[in-house]
Formats: sequence, C-alpha cells, structure tokens
Amino acid sequence: MKKWNLIIDVERCENCNNCVLAAKDEYVGNEYPGYSAAADHTGAELISITRKNRGTGALMDTAYLVKMCNHCDDAPCIKNASDVIHKRDDGIVIIDPDKAKGRKDIVKSCPYGAIVWNETLKVPQTWIFDAHLLDQGWDKPRCQQTCPTGVFDAVKITDAEMAKRAEEMKLETLGPYFGEKARVFYKNLHRVTKNFIAGSVVTENEGVEECVAGAKVSLLLNGSVVANTLTSDFGEFKFDHIDSRTKGYQVVIEKDGLAEICRTVDSVNESICLTEIS
Amino acid sequence: KDGSKRYTTITNGGPLHVYVKEGKILRLTPIDFTDEDAGSFKIDARGKTFKPKRQSTIAPHALSNKGAVYSENRVLYPMKRVDFDPDGERNPQNRGISGYERISWDEALDIVAKEINRQKREHGPGSIFLPTPSHHQWGNIGYYLSALMRFGNQIGFTRMAMNPDSWEGWFWGAQHHVGHSMRAGASPGYGTMEDCMKEADQIIFWSADPESTNGIYGGFESTQRRLWAKENGIEFVHIDPHFNPTAQLLGGKWMPIKPATDAALAIAIMYVWLEEGLYDKDYVATRTTGFDEWCEYLLGASDGEPKTPEWQENETGVPARDVRALARSWGKKKTYLGCGVTGTGFGGACRGATGAQWARCMVMMLAMQGWGKPGINMGHLTAGAPLDLEFYFPGYADGGISGDLANNGNMVNNYQRMPHVLSMNPVKQQIPKQKIPEAIIEGKCTGYLWDCASQENQFTPFEYPMKGYSPIRMIYRYGGSLFGTATESGRFAEAFRHKSIEFIVNQSIFMEGDAKFADIILPACTSFERWDIGEACNGGGYGHHSVEMLNHRVIALQQKCIEPLGESKSDYQIFEEILERLGLGTVFTEGCSELDWCKRQFDSSDLPDHISWKQFVKKGYFVVPAEEEELRAPLSMKWFAEGRKKDIPEPQPLPSQFAEEFGYGLQTPSGKFEFVPTILKRNEKDHPDRPAVNRYIPSWEGLRTTELVDKYPIQMIATHSRYSFHTYADNKGFTDQIKDHRRLIHGHYFWVIQINADDAKDRGIKQNDLVKIYNDRGAVVCVAEVTPMVSRRITKGYEASAKYMPLRVGGEMVEIGGCLNNLSPSRSQTQGTHSMGPNSTLVQIEKYQNVNALRQVLMQRAS
Ligand SMILES: Nc1nc2c(c(=O)[nH]1)N[C@H]1C(S)=C(S)[C@@H](COP(=O)(O)OP(=O)(O)OC[C@H]3O[C@@H](n4cnc5c(=O)[nH]c(N)nc54)[C@H](O)[C@@H]3O)O[C@H]1N2
Ligand SMILES: Nc1nc2c(c(=O)[nH]1)N[C@H]1C(S)=C(S)[C@@H](COP(=O)(O)OP(=O)(O)OC[C@H]3O[C@@H](n4cnc5c(=O)[nH]c(N)nc54)[C@H](O)[C@@H]3O)O[C@H]1N2
Ligand code: SF4
Ligand code: SF4
Ligand SMILES: [Ca+2]
Ligand SMILES: [Mo+4]
Repeated sequence: MKKWNLIIDVERCENCNNCVLAAKDEYVGNEYPGYSAAADHTGAELISITRKNRGTGALMDTAYLVKMCNHCDDAPCIKNASDVIHKRDDGIVIIDPDKAKGRKDIVKSCPYGAIVWNETLKVPQTWIFDAHLLDQGWDKPRCQQTCPTGVFDAVKITDAEMAKRAEEMKLETLGPYFGEKARVFYKNLHRVTKNFIAGSVVTENEGVEECVAGAKVSLLLNGSVVANTLTSDFGEFKFDHIDSRTKGYQVVIEKDGLAEICRTVDSVNESICLTEIS
Repeated sequence: KDGSKRYTTITNGGPLHVYVKEGKILRLTPIDFTDEDAGSFKIDARGKTFKPKRQSTIAPHALSNKGAVYSENRVLYPMKRVDFDPDGERNPQNRGISGYERISWDEALDIVAKEINRQKREHGPGSIFLPTPSHHQWGNIGYYLSALMRFGNQIGFTRMAMNPDSWEGWFWGAQHHVGHSMRAGASPGYGTMEDCMKEADQIIFWSADPESTNGIYGGFESTQRRLWAKENGIEFVHIDPHFNPTAQLLGGKWMPIKPATDAALAIAIMYVWLEEGLYDKDYVATRTTGFDEWCEYLLGASDGEPKTPEWQENETGVPARDVRALARSWGKKKTYLGCGVTGTGFGGACRGATGAQWARCMVMMLAMQGWGKPGINMGHLTAGAPLDLEFYFPGYADGGISGDLANNGNMVNNYQRMPHVLSMNPVKQQIPKQKIPEAIIEGKCTGYLWDCASQENQFTPFEYPMKGYSPIRMIYRYGGSLFGTATESGRFAEAFRHKSIEFIVNQSIFMEGDAKFADIILPACTSFERWDIGEACNGGGYGHHSVEMLNHRVIALQQKCIEPLGESKSDYQIFEEILERLGLGTVFTEGCSELDWCKRQFDSSDLPDHISWKQFVKKGYFVVPAEEEELRAPLSMKWFAEGRKKDIPEPQPLPSQFAEEFGYGLQTPSGKFEFVPTILKRNEKDHPDRPAVNRYIPSWEGLRTTELVDKYPIQMIATHSRYSFHTYADNKGFTDQIKDHRRLIHGHYFWVIQINADDAKDRGIKQNDLVKIYNDRGAVVCVAEVTPMVSRRITKGYEASAKYMPLRVGGEMVEIGGCLNNLSPSRSQTQGTHSMGPNSTLVQIEKYQNVNALRQVLMQRAS
C-alpha cells in the first residue's frame, strides 16, 4: 500500500513564506466539503515557520523550521476524537469539517500544536496535505509547487520504502516522540536541534593583525580527534552537529610558524563562537 | 476537475495561473510548463550540466494577490469627502481627517471633468499636477506609462520628475567612470550567468539580497542558479549591515558593516591591492585613465592619510584583518561582484548619503581587477541568463498605448511597430518627487533632470514654478504610496491640506496612504478584473533586456479573470469616461477596447510568427524557445577587456558618444574606464561632496554626525520589503500575517523593526514589545524583532507601508501604520542632484510608554 510522506530539507528553507501563503491562498475563503472548511483569514497558520539563530556575530547561522500536521500513523488526535478524525488509506489524516464543529477540545490533543482553531466557523483545522488536490490528480501539494528552493518532497511510497529512504537520507521526525509515527520527515534537522563550535584564528605580525588562513583545526572529544578542518581565508572554522549533552570537547589549532593553540570547551548548551583566538 | 476555470496573468512577482470558480478567484499558482511549451536552456559548468525547473517561479507578494483583490481595503464605489463641496466650501484643511460618502460615477466624473476645465480656464496650463508612482500592476495597456500618460497628455499637466530612486549612486556617480547612461548607471548582465558558473571562484554580495528583492520582477528564478553555484563550490561573501536572507540561505562570510560607510571599506581594499600588487596592472595600464591620481588619494599623498584597513575600521566597524583577508582573497580569486537586486547596480548602499561614493568605488574595483576577463565581472547570477533576447516583445516602459514619444521608450521601441495616434504633453513644468511638499508649501523648489541620453544631462537644474505656467492648483493622484515611499513623508500631510490646492482627485484601488487625502476617490480595479497583455519581467526602458533575470521568457494575455468588484472600473475606462466629457473619448481610445489594444500589442511583436492570436487567447501564455547556444549574447565587458569592438546587444552609447571610432570603447570622453571622470572635472571641479577624485566623506547624517548622534544614536535603514512590492500587497490580504512583515498586537497589525539584541537590552525592550522609533521628523510605533542579525546601533525595517495612521496618543503624535519614511531625511545625497538618501537616518528607539492609551484609542476606533 503506497502512502504519502513529506520530506522537508531544513537547510534549504529561506523563510520566503511561499508555503505559508500557498496554504492561505488554498484554504482561506475556500471550502472543500469532506476535506476542509474555509480557513480563517486572520487565524493561526496551517503551515508555520520558526526561526533558529545559532551563535552570535559574524559567525552566526540561521535556519527555519517549517511545521504542519505530521499525519501521524499513531495519531494522538485520533485517539482523542476518533469519531471526527480519520486516517485515510494513503496515510493522510483528515478532521471532518462538519462533524468537528465546536470541538475546541481537539486542538489540545495534538502534541505538535498543529491543530488550529477556526474562530469564525468554530472548527478545528489542520494542513490536510492538500488531499483534495491529490485526489484530483495533483502529484504534489501546493507548498512544494511554490517553494523556490526545493525544501519539500512529497512521496507516495510504501512504508517499507520510506523507512529505507529515511535511513539512507538520515531523516528525522520532530519530537516529542510519544510514538506518533509522523509521516513528515526532516533532513538537516541539526540546523535547529544541534549546536556548533566555531571560531576565527588571528595572529599579530609586526603590529598588524592578520587572519590565519589554512590552519589545521581539530575537534577532540575526551582526548581523541572526532573532526578536522582547515580555516578559511578569513581564519574561520566551524564544527557542526554538536550535541548539547556531550561534554569534554577540545579545539586544537596548528599552523606552521605559529604556536599550537588548545581550547577546552566546557559545555555546548548553545552554539559557541570562539572569536579572535590568537 | 473541481469546476474551476484556469486563466493566466502576470504580476510584479511572476506569471500566474488563476483558477476561478463561480466568478470568484479560487487559487493562484505558478505556471508549470508542459511538453507543449518550448524547451529550457542548459549550461555545462565544471563537468556538470544545469537545467532550470520547468516552471515560472513567483515571489511572495505575487502569491498574496488573492488576498489583495478581496481585501477590505478595496475602494468599491466612487467617494466624495463629506465636507467637500465643489460649488461651495471645499475645506482643504480637513483632508485626511474627515470621512467619505458614496456618490454615483456620473457625479464623480462630472466633478472631475468640470474641475479639469475650470483649472485650464482659470489658471492656465500647468495647474493640474499628476504625481505618479514608480510601479504599477503588470501589463502594457494599463500601466501608468501607457494609459495614464495617454490620458494626461490629453489634458496637459505638470509632470512629477522622479529621482532615479532605484539607481541613485549609480546614476549620480558610477556612470561618470564607465558610462551606461541609458541604464541609469547600472551595468549590462549579458552572458554573466554562464561565465560565473564556469569561471568564477567567488561571489561577493555587496548590499545585495536577491532572495528578498527577487531580481526586481523575476520571482525566484535565479535562486536555483545560486544553489547551483553553491553545489559547484563557488564561495560567498556578504557585505551588509543585516544578516540578510541571501546570506542566511547561502552561507559564507558575513561582514556586517555600518550603513553608508561602504566607500571607506572599498577604498581600504583598493589600498591593499595597490600595496600588495594584487590588481591587474596590464588592464589598468591599457584600459583605464586617471589611476595615478587615484593612487595618490589611496596612499595619502593628497591628504596625508594612507587609506589602510586600520583607517577604515573605525568608520565601518569591519576589523582591519578581515579587510586584508578579503582584499587578498578577492585579488587572487576570480571574483564576481554582485551589487543590489540584479547584481549589476541598485542596492540599499546606493540610497544613503554616500550612495554615489560607494557605487563609484564598486566600478573602480572592477576595473582594478580586470572587468570582463573570464570569471571577473558584475553580478550574482540574477541577471545574464542565456535567453533569446532577439525575440521582440515590448516591455512596460516601451510605450504601451501612450502615443508619447518623450517620456518612455516608445520612440525607439514600439511606436514603429504599433502606429497609434501620437499624444504630447504641452506643459514643460515639473516638480521633483522628493520636493513635492516644498513646492506646495513654500511655492518653489529646484530639481535636476533625470534624462538618460547622456551623462551630462544630470547637471541641468530646473525651477518650479516655471515661467509662464501656473503653480499647481489641482492634484490628480494615482495610487496612495507617498507616505510609505517618499522621504520625510510626514510633510505630505501638510502639503495635501494646503489651501493653494483647490482640488485633489485620487484614482486608487485601495483606501490607503494618501488616497485618504483626496476630495474625490475614483475606484480602480485590479489587473485580475480587466484585460491586459505583457511579458514577465520585461521592464523595457532603462531595464533594457531585463528578461535576462528569467529562466524562461513568458508572454501572456492577462485575462480578465473576474468582473470588477463593486462599482470599480479599469483605469482605462475611467480615463475614457472623463475624456468623453471633454470631447476626447475617441481620441483616447481610437475606438479600441482594452482587449483590442492587447491584440495590437500582440501584432506588434514577434508572437504572430509563432502562435496565432486565437491560440494565444485560448492558452493564455507563450514560452519563448531557449536561445541556440551559438546565438547566446556575448559576455558583458569581455569585448572591452579584449580591446575589441563592442559586441553585446544594447543600443548604447549613441553613435555620437564613442570617443574615437564607432563601436570601440566606453561611453566616457576618453573611451576608457576613467578613475577620475573627465565629466566631473569639466563640470564641477571642486564640488564639495562629489569631487572628481572620489573620496570617502562621512555621511551628513550617520553614526559620525556628532551632535545629532547624542540625541539619536541609532542608524536606521529602511529597505525594500520582502513580502510586499513596496506598498503593493501590504496591508491587504495575507501578507500582514507573515511574522516578519507585520504582527498583530491589540487588534492592530504593527510594522516590524529589527533591533539589535544588546541595544534592546539597554532599553528594556523585549521580543514583540511595541517600540517608538523617532527623531525630529516624527515618531513611528512598531513591533520589535529583537535579533542578533543586525549589529549594534543599527536598526532595519522595511520601507513602503501602505498604511498611514497618525494618531494623537497620550498628548503626542505617533504614526502606527509603519511609515518609517516619516523619519528619513529629504535631503539630496549631494548638492546638485535630485536624489534620496533614506538609509542615512538617525533615530532613537524606546519601549513605547503609552501602550494602554493606544489600546484605548484603537478600541474606540474599532467600535
Ligand atoms: N526608505 C526608503 N524609501 C524608498 C526606497 C528605499 O530603498 N528606502 N526605495 C525607493 C524605490 S527604489 C522605489 S522604486 C520607490 C517606490 O515607490 P512607489 O512607486 O511610490 O511605490 P509603490 O508602492 O510601488 O506605488 C505604487 C502605487 O500605485 C498604485 N497602483 C498600482 N497599480 C495600479 C493600477 O493598476 N491602478 C491604480 N489606479 N493604481 C495602481 C498602488 O496601489 C500604489 O499606491 O520607493 C522608494 N522609497
Ligand atoms: N519583494 C520585493 N522585491 C523588490 C521590491 C520590493 O519592494 N519588494 N522593490 C524592487 C525595486 S523598485 C528595487 S529598486 C529593488 C531594490 O533592490 P536593492 O536596492 O538591492 O534593495 P535594498 O533592500 O534597498 O538593499 C539590498 C540590501 O542592502 C542592504 N543595505 C542597506 N544599506 C546598506 C549599506 O549602507 N551598506 C551595505 N553594504 N548594505 C546596505 C540592505 O540591508 C539589503 O539587504 O528591489 C526590487 N524588488
Ligand atoms: S500532527 Fe497532530 S494533528 Fe497531525 S496527525 Fe499528528 S497528532 Fe494529529
Ligand atoms: S516555500 Fe520553501 S523556502 Fe519558502 S518558506 Fe516555505 S519551505 Fe521555506
Ligand atoms: Ca541572441
Ligand atoms: Mo526601485
């Protein structure tokens, strides 16, 4: 049985909001009987974006996390209201727009906050994967059609195929992991969930400060090297994918003609920019 | 399949399919090309082949259009200000204050027609002023340079002289070194996309955020190309006070800089090049003039100050070591320099007090590195796609139906192909856009010509009022953007209320901005409600071949998708009905409906060789086949680097403007790149703020302006809005709910301003607090986005709020619509120019104290 899944590449999102706007364009003022009531013009978003800045100053990076209904296979919302929410054979979760009238209680049942309350029509709503369009023969949802950078990839494959793909592509799903079995998968989620250690290496040459390009920088964890890199033209380096719970990192910088530098990083609760190491 | 019908249209942010059901717009989507549509280009670079997506991409403001069409802010009926009596008390002092009542079209049009005749009779030519916006909804028929110009010419009017707002520093500065006057000082992009992908090692984005400004009208066409460049290992540097979305997406080295100090950074880089021999000596020797004089300035021979990286550090905030590193990497690697939205001009840095200094430096740097050699050019993959540029279809500035041969590209473009009745404005009087308030309140002002035929034209001053003409007494305003987009825009309120202005009519789609200052409001419809025709991203005029931003040329019949809402009418029809009352109806229409004019434009183009009118009407659009590889345009400036005859397809310079032999050299007096422009030497040798030898002169309003900075310690930049096209798509529809555009607080959508996290902390400002941003020019209440993405003492917001909402709260006037231009200086960048420098604005920011009082005022208004 082939089912829909959505793969989202976090690293490619540039916060243009086309996906958010496409959802508004599709649902605000438009009713699709059996699928969705007309969304509220000013209501909360069916697709939402949050920004994550890591680090500070010139070494900072920024990523955006796009969120929507995960179309969970073991959906807490369905457990709470199986009379009005159902899972289709193709994996898509639909809140019946008629039966759900007045059911504000449903909003809280989603651990992801993906259900929004339509104040005008008094009905709970989610992003329905544009199921009404897929049923008319569309091969992708509108967010994918309008996204300029190819963040989205909606695939209709079997669960076994998807599991394989998730493993190969190192995909993750969003927490809170109560076993919901989300059908929305994320690539490069580390841009939001993990930290980095970065720095810029500087030296002084006859009273003039210089960036140290091409220095060898090693990241050590409890004494053994876990990653290596070279500094850029601007003397900068960056080690990503650092877990905040891991302790005992050390950064070692070597360059011909310069004394070796060694810095211990006690904790990486947030991304760290070791500016001006000299 | 859902009972909808699909139409086609074009917007400022790309072509769209419009699904309509039961007379209502259901959805808007980009156009996915099918196998029936012509093929795409492909390029091979570094062992890989790249092909664009088979789709036309769209900008967020384009995707918001359904919301705009059905916005509550639409004007749906003709309106008259309640206390305006054309035959009695006109109460000009109440403009912008008192409300409106609905009247019939006949009454409205009779009043306007009568007033036009009365003005001409009583005051004589020139008393009618017709201030236009710079932008418009898409389409060659309805565009203001088309229908409105044809209308205006029939009644005779004082023209608004625009400043080259998009180009500023390039127009007043860069063109004196390199020419390109007919591009207002920007450079051509031909061939740069392929050259950059194949040859360049690095791209420097200098005041460039193409992910926000979308190649002006190009949607996200070039985004893919920059992602290809990343895949191909091309490195990126971003010089911008803001960690802008392009930097966020692509990564690379971000160099935060204090706004309007860029010339100092550029000069220090050139100093390092000179010191370390990192420039193209042969090119400089054979292709340029004035280098020695320039070096004297760099080395400090002329002023005792060597322009070292240390010298610039205090000005720009960029560490000296980073400047050296950048100078070396740039000097050694083949580098593309991308400035502004297209990469070949523009940029917020050209709209500060030092805009001309900066743009001049940019072209000098290119010349030092061998501009036109493989991998060394201007751009950031936004312009210069290998399209068929010979396929003819007119752009929006190429004349349309105007019949005007003087004020658009008609004379050289479409007139010969679509003969139509000529029209001409007999009035020579003009008012410079940024000086409209002075012109009205003080009764006089000076401007400088924006005429791109030559570099010299810009030195010519003109006076208002012009001898022989009446000062303006009536304003026929089109749109309502002035509070959002003109500098020191609070001045406009007083100007509009001035007693010398007997009548204001505003033809507007939306009830917003200065539309609310009119005596009569005529409701225009959107382009979804009328016929038009156009080509995506084809500006024509000064944007010669601007379709090169696109991956596929798309020409469309902009179909009438729905009936005009309420009693609104197309601009064309409104003009026609006014002119009918003056006996000029058929002179205006030539008996043609808007659809007839579309057919005439179609016939004037190369389309009939490829598709019949019938098929075109049915399908809605046509994709121009990709150019054959051998016929692609040659690389911009390559001919110059190689000392050959000019071979790129642009009709400039004019034959008389070549220095020696026709076709050889640049449009400078020497034909070479001039480090010290002859034209500036000839015309204004010792100009205090635009000297022939470019130099860094700190902003007249900036972090170095000592007295002012004590009071107003933060520099504000208000740049182009990512989610609206200036005022278009703001304050209507869906855009307001985008968190980085506006935020809903106490029932009002406040404008967002980005404040550095430490500056915010000092002031006790937290995320989403209401803040007051103010200086002597005004006070605007915005919502705070507290962020590390702008540096200390710098704040960034967008220009172009559509909503102007001045309120008295707690004994103080504040504007809460978000018109940051209320705060920007109206001063010209340099003496002897008519330019704007809004990015040189000093402000203070504080947590807004009167939140409770404001909430009450808002609640009262709501009820
Ligand atoms: N602070 C600051 N200010 C700036 C800039 C900046 O960088 N910073 N940039 C400057 C630049 S580059 C520019 S181009 C200007 C733009 O400034 P403007 O051209 O003034 O801005 P727009 O919002 O494009 O104005 C278009 C107006 O025309 C109306 N309009 C559009 N289409 C139609 C139509 O079909 N019919 C009718 N009747 N009306 C129509 C719209 O509703 C709107 O009121 O702003 C400048 N101002
Ligand atoms: N979405 C959208 N797209 C648009 C428009 C729009 O309104 N909305 N307007 C269109 C028009 S008319 C034009 S002219 C173009 C304008 O295009 P640009 O002129 O390129 O746009 P800006 O946003 O003014 O400036 C680009 C970048 O310069 C930075 N900047 C500002 N001041 C300085 C400075 O002093 N130094 C440096 N180094 N950087 C600085 C800003 O932070 C911004 O990231 O955009 C076009 N595209
Ligand atoms: S994300 Fe929430 S709303 Fe969607 S299926 Fe899972 S629990 Fe239900
Ligand atoms: S459309 Fe794509 S790039 Fe734009 S905000 Fe959505 S996911 Fe991000
Ligand atoms: Ca060609
Ligand atoms: Mo502009």
